[in-house]
Amino acid sequence: MGGTLTIFFAILFAVAASVLVIGLGLKIAQYARTPAPLKIPTTPAPLTKPGVALRLAREALLFESLFKSNKLLWVMAALFHAALAVVLLRHGRYFVTEIGSVVALAQPLAQPAGLAMVAGLILLTARRLIIARVRYVTGPSDLLMLALLLGIGISGIVLKGQIHTDIVGVKAFFTGLLGFKLRPLPADPLLMLHLGLVALLMIVFPFSKLLHAPGLFFSPTRNQTDTPREHRHLCAWAAKLEEKT
Amino acid sequence: MAAPFETPVLGDVDERRIPALKPGAMAASKPYVAAAAHQEPLGFPAVLADGWEAEAVSHMGELLGKYRSLQVFMDACVKCGACTDKCHYFLGTADPKNMPVARADLFRSVYRRYFTPAGKLFPSLVGARDMTKDVLDEWYNYFHQCSQCRRCSVFCPMGIDTAEISMAARDVMDRIGQGQKYCNEIIGKVHKIGNNLGLPAPALLDTLEGLEEDILDETGVAVKLPVDVAGAEVLLVTPSADFFAEPHVLGLIGYAKVFHAAGVSWTLSTKASEAGNFGMFIGNYEQMRKISLRIREAAQELGVKRIIFGECGHAWRVAYSFLNTLAGPWDFLDSRYPVPQHILEFTSDLIRRKGIKLDKSGNDGMVLTVHDSCNVARGARMGDKPGGQFTIPREVIRASVPKLVDMHPDTICEKTFCCGGGGGLLTDELLELRVKGSAPRMEALKAVVEREGVTHMAAMCAICKAQFTKILPYFGHDREMVVSVHQLVSNAIILGDND
Ligand code: SF4
Ligand code: SF4
Repeated sequence: MGGTLTIFFAILFAVAASVLVIGLGLKIAQYARTPAPLKIPTTPAPLTKPGVALRLAREALLFESLFKSNKLLWVMAALFHAALAVVLLRHGRYFVTEIGSVVALAQPLAQPAGLAMVAGLILLTARRLIIARVRYVTGPSDLLMLALLLGIGISGIVLKGQIHTDIVGVKAFFTGLLGFKLRPLPADPLLMLHLGLVALLMIVFPFSKLLHAPGLFFSPTRNQTDTPREHRHLCAWAAKLEEKT
Repeated sequence: MAAPFETPVLGDVDERRIPALKPGAMAASKPYVAAAAHQEPLGFPAVLADGWEAEAVSHMGELLGKYRSLQVFMDACVKCGACTDKCHYFLGTADPKNMPVARADLFRSVYRRYFTPAGKLFPSLVGARDMTKDVLDEWYNYFHQCSQCRRCSVFCPMGIDTAEISMAARDVMDRIGQGQKYCNEIIGKVHKIGNNLGLPAPALLDTLEGLEEDILDETGVAVKLPVDVAGAEVLLVTPSADFFAEPHVLGLIGYAKVFHAAGVSWTLSTKASEAGNFGMFIGNYEQMRKISLRIREAAQELGVKRIIFGECGHAWRVAYSFLNTLAGPWDFLDSRYPVPQHILEFTSDLIRRKGIKLDKSGNDGMVLTVHDSCNVARGARMGDKPGGQFTIPREVIRASVPKLVDMHPDTICEKTFCCGGGGGLLTDELLELRVKGSAPRMEALKAVVEREGVTHMAAMCAICKAQFTKILPYFGHDREMVVSVHQLVSNAIILGDND
């Protein structure tokens, strides 16, 4: 029994990781390949490349535009994303044999971060359902995504706090996978649930609105310099039009 | 004609009231559909023909491959709702489909159906829809309730600019035979006659002569409005409304006086007698390019050294942000000046260098506020620093009038509201939309009128000026409350003793 489960999860994670990496890779390649024929930064915009890098960093790390837009949502989103970042970092310990200093640093934050992440998700879900405008633009997939993340978060918290999962066994399983070796996964139903949901998240990532993560960096309104008069910006298909005349 | 409607009751600008949703409130609002006579000259099919659905999807695919903005914006929306209370058309009409994300979703739903695995496999889960006539009609109505003002793009955490999506949707509709009459008719006039208003060269010459006489009568100074003068230093490209509509024409007189006082030779062109470029509104690169190339030709034929644009919002966006791309390179012009320049850059520079003198008493009794045009504010720049598009017009106004006060900070500069008539919507059949869409601006104006005694609002865009002239009376203001920035300069400038 344990053996079949181990094989099942090994295959599941191999598939999920491939879908995530290849799917995301293809999407990023598509964004990078698609030309931006016109200069459309939302102005006022930076005039230099370092300025653009700073603008993108502020968007990605501080959610600058969201802060301008909606303070309450900013708090919820910041809470969720910051907590998620800590949790992800902390999960690094399941994949590396030598625990790095950053992962170690996140150690004491692990429990509160997990709780904060779930709290953030609950707040975001409540907001989505309570505010009529947001409810109007919410589709089934938006709620399912929240449910999926909540499922992962809650099962994770319970795994950590209530049930004493065989952490060493889990780590052995994943480090083994990374080296293409099969080591037994501890047979624990809650762990199965947690891991199953994570794999599902990895699989839906490249097909869902989670694409906002790479998308942000490719947004021409945010990643272009404001230099249209100084430098002629011409994409390949637009240049072809000039040959015609 | 549109059915009668109620003018919105204005709230307190500090409260930032967000209306409760009224689904379907504007479902019937739509502009006249282009006839064959408006479609065919632009190379668009006359009417919807059999198989238009597949045609629409295929054109959508083409645009997704040509515009990174569109491709990324289709995927990156998280439905966070941060944009839902940012569009003046939503705030004014309460129709939920006027919330930027809901508007974009009209297009995104079709994108998902035909271009994403999730939409192909689980359409109802991800809100994917087939391309049907109902969907098309919904596109037609609601993508013509977007003035492409980019206000949503300021506030979206992913930088999603619904204007880009509106442009794409309009382009798809044009290419399948359901274009918009107002825009396409005007573009036809630009190609045929040279300007949006269809003002032929002799009429233009006549008008300008009349204006010269008026200026002479009023000031005793022979200020010229030259046309097609080869070898002039500056080619002035200005919206054709400047030739006769008020308050636009008072701004044109202002430009002429500035050139006169500065002693810079300039000329208008009958070929490029229009700064506006409606090719942007219909999201059509080729049209936008063709319209822009007239300016290049005019500049070459006249042998000018500089190009300066008159006051117009979307024209300045196309000029500042796109002209170099569309019609450059400009290596035959004087490289000491940016190409193109805005008339406000030119005038503010003169003011700073004391190249012209202004006497504020020419505007005695006026208390000004200024409406930042959406396209100038969020789609372009003036001067050499980010945000110059806000400081330069204010500098010029301050130098010309006794008092300038700003409206509520959430309604100016990068957060400015559209006048309600931009983006190819300045047509009578959309009057209800225009009046309601102007409510956020009117709310902010009302506050400074009541608290600060503001008497006039300066605008720097031909569409804003025409829109405000029309809608101000609905809110109890005089139509002449809106003035051109260069009208203020015109009233203040000292002519004659600069030599
Ligand atoms: S703010 Fe941007 S990401 Fe959020 S719902 Fe609007 S368009 Fe989508
Ligand atoms: S571009 Fe302007 S008009 Fe269009 S959806 Fe955004 S805010 Fe509304």
